[in-house]
Amino acid sequence: MLRLKAGIAALALAASLAGAAMAEGTLRIGMTAADIPLTTGQTDQGGEGMRFMGYTVYDSLIEWDLTSADKPSMLIPGLATDWSVDPEDQTKWTFTLREGVTFHDGSPFNAENVVWNLDKLLVEGSEQYDPRQAAQGKSRIPAIASYSVVDDLTVEIVTKEPDATLPYQLAWILMSSKANWEALGKDWEQVAMAPSGTGPWKLETFVPRERAEMVPFADYWDESRIPQLDKLVLIPLPEPNARAAALMSGQVDWIEAPAPDTIPAMEGNGFVISSNAYPHNWTWHLSRVEGSPWNDIRVRKAANLAIDREGMAPLLGGLMVPAKGFLPPSSQWFGEPEFDISYDLETAKALMTEAGFGPENHLQVKALISPSGSGQMLPLPMNEFLQQSLAEIWIDVEFMVVEWNQMINLWRAGAADPSVEGAMSINFTYFIQDPFTGLIRHLDCNLIAPNGTNWGHYCDPEMQDLFARIKTTFDPAEQDAVMRETHEKYVDDALFLMVTHDVAPRALSPKVKGFVQAQNWYQNFSSITME
Amino acid sequence: MLSYFLRRLILVLPVAFGVSVICFLLVQIAPGDPLTAIMPVDATAEEQAAMRAAYGLDKPLPVQYAIWIGNLAQGDMGRSIATGRPVAQEVFGAVQNSLLLAVSAAVIAFPLGIFLGFLAGYFRDTTLDKVVTALSITGVSVPNYWLGIVLVIIFSVNLGWLPSMGAGPGGSQDWAWDWLHMRHLVLPAVTLAVVPIGIVARTVRALAGDILTMDFVTALYAKGMSRADVLRHVARNAAATALSVMGLQLGYLLGGSILIETVFNWPGSGFLLSNAIFQRDLPLLQGTILVLALFFVAMNLIVDVAQAAIDPRIKRS
Repeated sequence: MLRLKAGIAALALAASLAGAAMAEGTLRIGMTAADIPLTTGQTDQGGEGMRFMGYTVYDSLIEWDLTSADKPSMLIPGLATDWSVDPEDQTKWTFTLREGVTFHDGSPFNAENVVWNLDKLLVEGSEQYDPRQAAQGKSRIPAIASYSVVDDLTVEIVTKEPDATLPYQLAWILMSSKANWEALGKDWEQVAMAPSGTGPWKLETFVPRERAEMVPFADYWDESRIPQLDKLVLIPLPEPNARAAALMSGQVDWIEAPAPDTIPAMEGNGFVISSNAYPHNWTWHLSRVEGSPWNDIRVRKAANLAIDREGMAPLLGGLMVPAKGFLPPSSQWFGEPEFDISYDLETAKALMTEAGFGPENHLQVKALISPSGSGQMLPLPMNEFLQQSLAEIWIDVEFMVVEWNQMINLWRAGAADPSVEGAMSINFTYFIQDPFTGLIRHLDCNLIAPNGTNWGHYCDPEMQDLFARIKTTFDPAEQDAVMRETHEKYVDDALFLMVTHDVAPRALSPKVKGFVQAQNWYQNFSSITME
Repeated sequence: MLSYFLRRLILVLPVAFGVSVICFLLVQIAPGDPLTAIMPVDATAEEQAAMRAAYGLDKPLPVQYAIWIGNLAQGDMGRSIATGRPVAQEVFGAVQNSLLLAVSAAVIAFPLGIFLGFLAGYFRDTTLDKVVTALSITGVSVPNYWLGIVLVIIFSVNLGWLPSMGAGPGGSQDWAWDWLHMRHLVLPAVTLAVVPIGIVARTVRALAGDILTMDFVTALYAKGMSRADVLRHVARNAAATALSVMGLQLGYLLGGSILIETVFNWPGSGFLLSNAIFQRDLPLLQGTILVLALFFVAMNLIVDVAQAAIDPRIKRS
């Protein structure tokens, strides 16, 4: 009897302690990733990895402003307070570093650390070269030719050619601690278990595939970003139903990407659905190889006018932004395109008739799609919706359905590769956050697949000139203007079948307060408190 | 008995070799690329080629197999491409968690299945038999991942009695035999037990029903043996076949719980396998399949030997 009483008392104590821990502010997040992202610095697992293990534990020289939900994110100073390009030689950049920044292990951040981190990714012969981080980081900084320490707080970076997109490239590169790596026997496997960055969160414990626990870094250089919470717990929950159940049974306080059909039940139970426009798009990337029907601008425009995007919204629980262009309408680079992407069946049919198609002469197209995939939203019902819509204007769509991993291979191979079996489009969603990922990489003549990411083999001198201007316009405001001009051409030439943008839905317990969902792939967790 | 065991053990070797070849080749057939898991999608062709060479994926398949089997013989299962962690560490950690789940499910399923099967076999063609048969068929037929979701909705979401996911509040590394942890085991173990309950019950029912109609049972009754003693004889006669079915079921429980482990986010071998498949993490995939397949082979060996120990006729044949 005594034992039973003691047991009950112990359970009650455990329950009260658990309750107390929650009250002091522990936020538990169910991620869509199947594993904890790489912890050593340069993260894996795409945007989610950078969001949860990148900008939490680490900083980059230049960062994204994540403080506002109302305006597009812009670049802001991070570990570099200032940067400039030499007007005489536009390949030479000088970065002034922030003074007084320390890593979680107490070692100071300085110019030597920047060079050491770049070597970690780019110099195979260096002692600290890490193939896993290099695999993630090297392709993000293609412009860099060399770099050197000028003094303790100044770094010079030289680019291969004048490239004004360098600040955006550097926003990818996260700084890990050299002293920590040395203290752990220069072994990245050891660093993975006890990493050290300069970010607002310190990784406290880490169980691969199960959970990671972070605590605030009290000495963080930006006082406005010192976390309010006591602890941030990351739990990989790749299965959408398991995520929803974990939230609704109180095992986590926040889940990423709730399935649209679970949202009404969550809202009915008092959970909050947070969403916002961000740089993502859901399109058909069109083949422009010889013989592709998408080479005809009338067909491209007709297809864009045949989609009732508002009618698609219920499929996604309303969680979408109908496309008005390649970039979301709220983007700082949207511009003022003349071609109005809307639902106009009459004009679409007229364009198709003009192109030589009609009820008796259908156009046959083959489209590559996947049943699921990172950022793909709900690809099967959405593509079936497109198939029905395009049938209205005499375009018969035949799908080639491949699994997501294979889809990535076919995307890398390009439209002319035999492996795509003559497919004339690929439904591949894009991260479109900066000039390169947003616009240049999709249509640059120098990046035609398989050597680059121009899947459709598009090449247009006028577009090429715009890309060159983006890279050589060093004034940010003027560069934004060129970006707008480029996007206007994207839309006016109807270069993609532009359908929708995701809104990064996440479901939160009503106890979560103070979260501001920035228009960005990354988010700031420092302002959050638990009620 | 020892020579029988050794003979069976020797037969395991070619099977294990065959398993290793199939494991290696099977994962190569699937389209896709393991580099997808470790490189940004827009990495250049040159960077991909460098990474492919770094992982030895550019070598011909027979060479890759020879390297893999050579390392395996030295106890090195390689490193996961996606995580960089040693495959052995990943697989054995996960198998431990799956074993915990499988044994828990077996502890629920086998006694219950045997009891229900015996009951139905003994009272054959009665209402009790029909009820047990209906329950067994339902157990075998209901998709267990669906049942798992339903149980989660009832017991986790609506009633809030049991957790819906994970292997304890601090992850599987902190596992302890207390209620705080064991409550995480309840729903997945019960869900996983439903199919073997049905299969074992149906097997035992058929065996008991058949044996009860045999002449020796009539003879035992005629000799004046009590009902309990007769049932003991029936049980002994049914044991060999029932044991082989249960042995195979334990193998299925360990390797075949991909869906259950996914629904409950249980960090076992099924969950590991499913992630390895989606990421085309070849070393991890090969290692996990190999360990699970060898577990099956070992289970078969144990069952064969145990059967021979129970029923000498098997050894003689």
